[in-house]
Amino acid sequence: MRRREFLASCAVLAVTGCGEEPTALLPPGELSGNDLKSGHRLHLGELPPPTEIRRVPVLIIGGGIGGLSAAWKLERAGLRDFVLVEMESAVGGNSRHGENVVSAYPLGAHYLPLPTREARAVRELLADLGALQGDPQASAPHYDETMLCHAPQERLHIHGLWQEGLLPRLGVDQAERAQAARFQEMMAEFRAATDAHGRRAFALPVALSSSEPRWRALDRLTMRQWLLDNGFDSPHLHWYVNYACRDDYGTDYRETSAWAGIHYYACRNGEADATNQAGHDAVLTAPEGNGWIVRKLAQRFADHTVTGALAFCVRQDRQSVGGRASSRPVSADFYLAGENRTVRYEAEHLIWAAPLFVLPHVAEDLPAELSATARAGEYAPWLVANLTLREPPYSGVGAPLSWDNVLYDSPALGYVIATHQQLRMAPGPTVLTYYQALSAEPPGQARERLMNTRREDWAKQILADLSRAHPEIGALTQTLDVFRHGHAMIRPLPGVIWSAARQRLAQGWGRMQFAHADVSGMSLFEEANYRGVLAAERVLTQAGVRFSSSLG
Amino acid sequence: MDNPTGGSKRLQLALLASVFVVAACGLAYELIAGALASYLLGDSVTQFSTVIGAYLFAMGVGSWLSKFVTRDLVGTFVKIELAVGLVGGFAAAGLFVAFAANAGPFRVLLYSAVFAVGVLVGLEIPLVMRILKRDVAFNELVARVLSFDYLGALAVSILFPLLLAPHLGLVRTGFLFGLLNALVALWALHLFREQLARRTGLLAAGLVSVFLLAGGFAGSGRITTLAEGWIYADDIIHAETTPYQRVVVTRWRDDIRLFLNQNLQFSSKDEYRYHEALVHPGLATLPHARRVLVLGGGDGFAVREILKYPQIESVTLVDLDPAMTHLFSSASLLRQLNGDALNSPKVQVINADAARWLEDNAAVFDFIVADFPDPSNYSVGKLYSAPFYRLLSRHLAPHGMTVVQATSPFYARESFWTVVATLEDTGLKATPYHALVPSFGEWGFILAGREDYLPPETYAVDLHFLTAATTPALFEFPADMARVEVEPNRLNDQRLVRIFEAEWRHVVR
Repeated sequence: MRRREFLASCAVLAVTGCGEEPTALLPPGELSGNDLKSGHRLHLGELPPPTEIRRVPVLIIGGGIGGLSAAWKLERAGLRDFVLVEMESAVGGNSRHGENVVSAYPLGAHYLPLPTREARAVRELLADLGALQGDPQASAPHYDETMLCHAPQERLHIHGLWQEGLLPRLGVDQAERAQAARFQEMMAEFRAATDAHGRRAFALPVALSSSEPRWRALDRLTMRQWLLDNGFDSPHLHWYVNYACRDDYGTDYRETSAWAGIHYYACRNGEADATNQAGHDAVLTAPEGNGWIVRKLAQRFADHTVTGALAFCVRQDRQSVGGRASSRPVSADFYLAGENRTVRYEAEHLIWAAPLFVLPHVAEDLPAELSATARAGEYAPWLVANLTLREPPYSGVGAPLSWDNVLYDSPALGYVIATHQQLRMAPGPTVLTYYQALSAEPPGQARERLMNTRREDWAKQILADLSRAHPEIGALTQTLDVFRHGHAMIRPLPGVIWSAARQRLAQGWGRMQFAHADVSGMSLFEEANYRGVLAAERVLTQAGVRFSSSLG
Repeated sequence: MDNPTGGSKRLQLALLASVFVVAACGLAYELIAGALASYLLGDSVTQFSTVIGAYLFAMGVGSWLSKFVTRDLVGTFVKIELAVGLVGGFAAAGLFVAFAANAGPFRVLLYSAVFAVGVLVGLEIPLVMRILKRDVAFNELVARVLSFDYLGALAVSILFPLLLAPHLGLVRTGFLFGLLNALVALWALHLFREQLARRTGLLAAGLVSVFLLAGGFAGSGRITTLAEGWIYADDIIHAETTPYQRVVVTRWRDDIRLFLNQNLQFSSKDEYRYHEALVHPGLATLPHARRVLVLGGGDGFAVREILKYPQIESVTLVDLDPAMTHLFSSASLLRQLNGDALNSPKVQVINADAARWLEDNAAVFDFIVADFPDPSNYSVGKLYSAPFYRLLSRHLAPHGMTVVQATSPFYARESFWTVVATLEDTGLKATPYHALVPSFGEWGFILAGREDYLPPETYAVDLHFLTAATTPALFEFPADMARVEVEPNRLNDQRLVRIFEAEWRHVVR
């Protein structure tokens, strides 16, 4: 049909208006990510027997926020005799970061909301690291101004224009706006809701939430269903809620549990004191995202840390499972890829802070129920790209370039500007961190696509997506690095968070404690921290060390 | 009709193509108005938002008005096209000239032009749809028209920032799109020649429009120069665009003026008042000062005042823009004005972002002058924050002092006292004062240090403005500039930037 041809030729005209052939001018860059090769050696077996045995009172496996938080609590209680073993070449897990001549930049999590009142350990950690000043448990503590995200914080590209904030307003009619307002009101009610015991309906850490059935019932339907059940049919509101689910859980709102979806809006009640002039949606950030926390903790525990070590055989002395003391109740074999040999660690206590899905592959005699729960978790794959730009992108029409910049109707989640927190009169070269949760297809299939797609093809897609708002982005980009998280986040599908089997993980297994956000069923910094500190405190109790709890 | 003839099909195609052009032109006028308003009035966010808001509203009005067009659809379409072309095409040039010639309230003219174009563009699309409706099913029609509408908008949104604005300029781009509109009108006249009764009049109007717009396009360079000449009133003796700003130096008899992005930085008639007030109340109380740092101030005037003290051993000037420091250390006329201060052997000129330089260096100074542009955007606003002042105070000797230019306590009273509150928030003792600089009005400065400040009893150097006797009066704030209780400027909020904009909006027409 002639009309279609004409339309197509118009589109070509419009696009070639930029004058560049995108494929020919792809910026160079690296493709990296979690060390899947060594991870997959678990399936192959055939790793060498140990050539050395090391003994240590407490062994931590996994150096993400869970493991680092456990180490932090142990050290704070005066137990310095531990070793933290990490499979990757650096600790940090989802909060790792990179750095180049222009700036440090995140490879994963890029901010921490002001901690809730219940997140006592997070507050204590932030006070310890200097970001929170004064009494950490004050109802509204004071935060270091340089760590609070600078203005302007976030904007949304919609209908060709940039608006302030992420809730769509431009081109949204009155009826849809009224729905959005009603949604916000309901979320505020959920935020304030408590039960007879004074527990909040949606607390963070999740474990401190009310157990009343009327709230738990929300974990049986999806977020989308909940919206429809409550008369919300505004397409812009649906986009907004889906964005939150994709952003926080890597999961589409058609699949996310309504309890989790509401939790995102309802749990955050953290405040800063009046002198901070920060709203309840304020966040703490740094050029390297949450990497600043990892960097400080990694320095502190450098002497206790072994990296590039793959745990492949974890055993528990059966006698100790019954609770009787034994000289060395737990042991774990690690393959040191760099030295091509295996060492065995024998310990009194083991804190498992690696993702739970790994456990059934390496633990001997793991009870069937634990194994089943660990295997039941589904994981969302993520892609994080860092684009180094000659100069900041042209701000565009409307709200000015902000820290977080989101494109409406994009398959991705937008980008943050790494140099946003710098004190600069004339912003120069910068790094733009682009996030995409592969939530549109089943996770296994998405993971396969993530791993089998060439960097050049990702680069093309990323530049095409960004050029909708920044036609000049291709010409500005000097390097484009792609980092892949194969198993970035556990997916909080209905029934995952509040399943009885998952609840039992919190009890640990004999001398082994689980210190990963997977135990909570939600991949959040606060959850990882809570699980890490809780595991450390259980170990301290078992070891007879006196300490004051960070969990209240 | 299910089976349109070949002729009517061609007609449809032509009309759809004109939708493409019309949409492209519509968005172009909107972008031009927004960009021109930002260029002339500053504050691009407000300008773009209000221009786009007015434009969208006007389009709605236009669509509504279209229902009153009941007869002679094609003729009306042609007339509207010509009107859009003329109004839109001449809007940029007209507004620019009006602004420069001070003719009438600029904002009224701006929004009238935006509104007029918006109404006309709003009329166009429904008309095209109704003309086409005679041949095409409605759903298909809406889809077709809207996809061409969006394609046109897309083409311009890509071309405008990349090609048109930088290469053609706003005024010429305006004429270009006006021409396109007029050509669409002529094309429509040709296509519908059989259906139009009074074609000759329209044809004549179309040709005249094309002629006028083409003339404007050809002459737009001269229009811009003429208008810029009016804006600056005086002869431009130097103009350049650096990566950071537009630098213009003008001269009328012995008055030399510097404009950065059209904001007056100094007039040689009274700049000594500003720079004496900036430097001496502080430095005259520091007889032991040897090392001085100037942040901003690439014109070298503050350095000239500092070098009047023979005991000063070194002055470090950190200014972002190498073009500025080069200009003021090489042009003989300007070197006369600043006493060739930038070429003094005591002076070291560094071109860097002030905060970055402070982060990367450890040097300590007895006196630091922070002479930054006013906090009119979020980037500059960061240099008026407590974290910046803490960074600055780390470079201050134990008995040292810093002085900050802090906009006008009269025109921007809340902004001024916000800067005072911000300095105090860092634990420094702040002493605010003000001086009258005729070109600027009443201007404000703040001295800050770890110790209490007492004004100098004498000035040992040669001054034209300050005297020991009148100095105490600088520290008195009459009721119309008196302190207002305000919060400090926080990086996570930057209220100073918003307050500053609101306060100056009332001053500038």
